[in-house]
Amino acid sequence: MWKFLLPCAVFIALAVLFAFGLNPNRDIHALPSPLIGKPAPLFTLGDVLEPNRLVSNADLKGQVYVLNVWGTWCVACRQEHEALLAIAQQRVVPIIGLDYMDERGKAQQWLQQLGNPYAAVAFDTDGRTAIDWGVYGAPETFLVDGNGRVLFKFISPMTAEVWQREFVPRIDAARRGGA
Amino acid sequence: MKLVALLIVAAFGMGAALALADATPAPALDAYGQLQDPALQVRFERITGQLRCLVCQNESIADSNVELASDLRRQVREMLLAGKSDDAIFTFMTDRYGEFVRFSPPLEPKTLLIWGAPFIMLLLGGIIIYRVARQRSRLPLDDEPR
Repeated sequence: MWKFLLPCAVFIALAVLFAFGLNPNRDIHALPSPLIGKPAPLFTLGDVLEPNRLVSNADLKGQVYVLNVWGTWCVACRQEHEALLAIAQQRVVPIIGLDYMDERGKAQQWLQQLGNPYAAVAFDTDGRTAIDWGVYGAPETFLVDGNGRVLFKFISPMTAEVWQREFVPRIDAARRGGA
Repeated sequence: MKLVALLIVAAFGMGAALALADATPAPALDAYGQLQDPALQVRFERITGQLRCLVCQNESIADSNVELASDLRRQVREMLLAGKSDDAIFTFMTDRYGEFVRFSPPLEPKTLLIWGAPFIMLLLGGIIIYRVARQRSRLPLDDEPR
């Protein structure tokens, strides 16, 4: 009997493994962030457009916001830029930019040419803020609630669908929860 | 028959030994040069060799030339100079990047399966080889004159 059952069990186990492992919708390089549910790392950095103005996420306490990590060297960031502009138009939450591994002049040019979806853009000169946030590429988009906790991290270019599916319900839930 | 089984086990063993042997590619270079204290330099090399570069996920930050790896090497260097322990540095990294950043996960209850899997495999393989060998030894040999 076990000679029949054993191959069946092995087959089912492999089928489950492959269904998970070979799922084309799964990004094999995307890693779960250990920051989820934890306090968002604080930063105070100069603004990309006005170097003397400081951008700090400590000032955002009490409101839900999005942190979008980007750089002018990042092709996928250009790809998601349209979507970010459209999202910013809806004025649901402020989008804070974190310009990463970049040159200020290039970043300013980018925002002038393509439009600026950000409420403020922090300039991460030496990559330390990115390390604190566990950033390992761009674009990466974080959602932070009013208590300053990281709710969600999305790795890949933002799209209108992703925004509707992943972000909007979480923003609504965070606001209902009083956060 | 015993000889065949022995050979298979030996091959397994050699594979495992090769997998454990350290491949040593040339380390990536930084502007800082070596740490002055040789003991710190040794720790620096060991720690950066055990941290995964998350951009090129099969390289360590010691070997990778991408900017993130260089930023993380700077971080390790500064923490070493500030007198931080190895554990503190690994915790700093896993708090930000998750357990995946470590090439060898620490031996904990939740990682028991990872560490135990090779031994379970070896045991299962051994049982299978033993059973097959015993069954075959009971069969008459093909080339025996009938």
